[in-house]
Amino acid sequence: MIFLRVASYAFRRQAAYRAAAASGVLTNTVFGVVRAYVLIALWQARPSLGGYHVADAVAYCFLTQALIGPVNIFAGGLDLVERIRTGDVAIDLHRPVDLQAWWLADDLGRAAFALLFRGGAPLLFGVFAFRLPVPGPLVWLEFLLSVLLAVLVSFGLRYLVTLLVFWLHDDRGIRSVAFIASMFFSGMVLPLVVFPGWLGGLSRVLPWAALIQVPADVFLGKGPDLLDAYALQVVWAVTLIGGGRLLTRATRRKLVIHGG
Amino acid sequence: MIEVRDAVKNFTIRSSGVRTRVTAVDGISFTVGAGEFVGYLGPNGAGKSTTIKMLTGILTASSGSVRVAGLDPSRQRTTLARRIGVVFGQRTTLWWDLPLRDSLTLIRHLYKVESRVHRARLDELTELLGLGPFLGTPVRQLSLGQRMRGDLTAALLHAPPLLVLDEPTIGLDVVSKATVRDFLQRLNAEQGTTILLTTHDLGDIERLCDRVMIIDHGRLAYDGDLDTLRTTVDAERVLIVDLERASPPIRIDGVETVRVEGPRQWLTIPRGLNAAAVVAAVARRHEVRDIALREPDIEDVVTRLYLR
Amino acid sequence: MVRTYGLLAWTWMRAAAQHPVSMSLITVGVIVSTGLDLAAIAIIFARTRELAGFSVAEVMFLYGTAGTSFAVADILIGTVEGLGDHIKHGSLDAILVRPVSPLIQLATEEFSPRRIGKLVPPVTVLALVLPRLHLAWTLGRIVMVPVMLLSGAVIFGALWVLTASLQFLITDSREAMNAVTYGGGTLTPYPLTVFGKDFVRGLTFMIPLAFVNWEPALYILGHPDPLGLPAAVRFASPAVAAVLCLLAARAWRSGLRHYRSTGS
Repeated sequence: MIFLRVASYAFRRQAAYRAAAASGVLTNTVFGVVRAYVLIALWQARPSLGGYHVADAVAYCFLTQALIGPVNIFAGGLDLVERIRTGDVAIDLHRPVDLQAWWLADDLGRAAFALLFRGGAPLLFGVFAFRLPVPGPLVWLEFLLSVLLAVLVSFGLRYLVTLLVFWLHDDRGIRSVAFIASMFFSGMVLPLVVFPGWLGGLSRVLPWAALIQVPADVFLGKGPDLLDAYALQVVWAVTLIGGGRLLTRATRRKLVIHGG
Repeated sequence: MIEVRDAVKNFTIRSSGVRTRVTAVDGISFTVGAGEFVGYLGPNGAGKSTTIKMLTGILTASSGSVRVAGLDPSRQRTTLARRIGVVFGQRTTLWWDLPLRDSLTLIRHLYKVESRVHRARLDELTELLGLGPFLGTPVRQLSLGQRMRGDLTAALLHAPPLLVLDEPTIGLDVVSKATVRDFLQRLNAEQGTTILLTTHDLGDIERLCDRVMIIDHGRLAYDGDLDTLRTTVDAERVLIVDLERASPPIRIDGVETVRVEGPRQWLTIPRGLNAAAVVAAVARRHEVRDIALREPDIEDVVTRLYLR
Repeated sequence: MVRTYGLLAWTWMRAAAQHPVSMSLITVGVIVSTGLDLAAIAIIFARTRELAGFSVAEVMFLYGTAGTSFAVADILIGTVEGLGDHIKHGSLDAILVRPVSPLIQLATEEFSPRRIGKLVPPVTVLALVLPRLHLAWTLGRIVMVPVMLLSGAVIFGALWVLTASLQFLITDSREAMNAVTYGGGTLTPYPLTVFGKDFVRGLTFMIPLAFVNWEPALYILGHPDPLGLPAAVRFASPAVAAVLCLLAARAWRSGLRHYRSTGS
């Protein structure tokens, strides 16, 4: 099937950057350690803040670092941006293959590689260095499902941002907004459970929460119950990918009428 | 202008843990005088680029001596940079995101060219190379031909007495190629700029160069002018004979009939034989409608040289 | 050298200024994303009054000094970390045939006013927090502030060059080396008492990040050294910066020599 092939190509393309991946793993791990110490200090001052224990907070840090790759938290868009800039997207839109599905398959391949080769090491390091408790196999499965949903939400967001470039002509502004939102509201900078008052409440229902905070909570067995966690991710995945479909259709129409 | 003596360049290549020593340039010597236009030929991996990199100071020679414009490129790289212009055909020395004009302004500051001199020189080059219409275009949007003209301008803004070109016509369309060649010819003839050019395109050599150097397996296989090259490799001239009617292959001593197509026949004449005598012999024995003598193609010559 | 740097940076700036709207939006983006670290500290102090024995004003002082030093180094020389890409794409050769030090060419590359945005959050915080520290501002303390900012910037700049030099040997090491540069930028705003003792020892003696702001800040804030090092260490930042500079220069030169003897 074509999409499987697209995904496997994306996976192999990533494999060409093995050295860079190894290099990234080191950095992600170091950042995990730095963040972990900061949170340990915070939890020493406020034990059981946000319903987390110190060990949860430390595990959270390494989960964050492990998820950077799969949900591509630093990237504002997809590689599709380059094709939009050069105008090649016009060709893609007239192919008999669905543009969005194509790029979703591509992103899933990329995410699978990132999860395997960039995600495991920081988490493992955290577990050993800070003697963190390891959950049972069932929790791992629940966690993996949540990561898959997180990748879908992440793709939905990045696809929208990417297609907006087609309408706004300059992608740097929208990309930097997307970057800031995804860093701050995903729980990358600090766990969302630490956010005070209304900011905490709001940030936990925004789509970015589905990227890191929710999968981390599933792993830690914290937060809302499992079904609510999945529900939040599914709702956002469907909304964003659905929005992406509408925007794709509008883009194709614009292309047909105005010639791009 | 350029003086190379016994230059050697070794590399150590590590692949899957095994170190192998590769000699890219294996003791070459040559000199290039001021005002010469020299073509530097060789198959891929023969050591052309390595030589260029040693001449420009990007790479240090493993042994032997290299002097360019009176300087040691390896030790006086930045001083030398002011006296030479370098163009890499396969990649640009301009900045992708900047309009060509801004790229050239950066070059001006890098080479500390005075603003007035810069403007005069830029005007001159703009006219010669027809840059006008795309001076304001970001480099990434230029066509290959436009980009090459921009790169040539960038390399010449500081009026260097020596210009080194690595594959300047690679990938260019016919018109751009002609523009670039004409320009280089004028530059050499009118301003006396010494030019060293590597190329795969033998048309460049035939059109431009007084002198050819051929490198093969890291050694200089030939250094001299084109005509001598043709005699050196003993490439045959080809006589194309159109007979009145189709006939069996023509037989003349020392001459080989290599191809017969209806009334047309191809005969190769070795260097030692007088072509006029062969033509006369053919005309005596056959009814000839037309006859043409072709000098060996430079392409054939070079291929033969590599094969030797 | 300074003149060449200035001219090149200026040319890049002018090119960027041709799109003023897009540029100001990006500058705002840079300010906000640089401010994310600050937001994290603010949220932490919304939850606690003290972090590892340091008050909010003291931590803000650490943030302001480290952030300013980091931003200055990042603005002036941060782009050298792109060296590996230039090696991979072969564009380093083009850089080497120009009559200006490759280090300057790389450092000024794509210099843009948006880079200045990185200075806004830390400098603002520093200006706000200095009068609120409730310290007896002796001459020594007053002089120490600019000295630590400068030494810190030099230390970060030297680390940038040092880690970039490694890319001459290992082209793909950029991300790993970000652990040192950006990692340092993320860590120095916090009191080092936050981190494990062995970690802090490493940061003092191996990668001398403790000298960016921590040691001088202990002097200014009048805190005892948790590692119990002699008092002189608090004044060692300029010396550490100078030594690190020498090391960076040597590493860069030998990296360049290696490249020129092997090619890419």
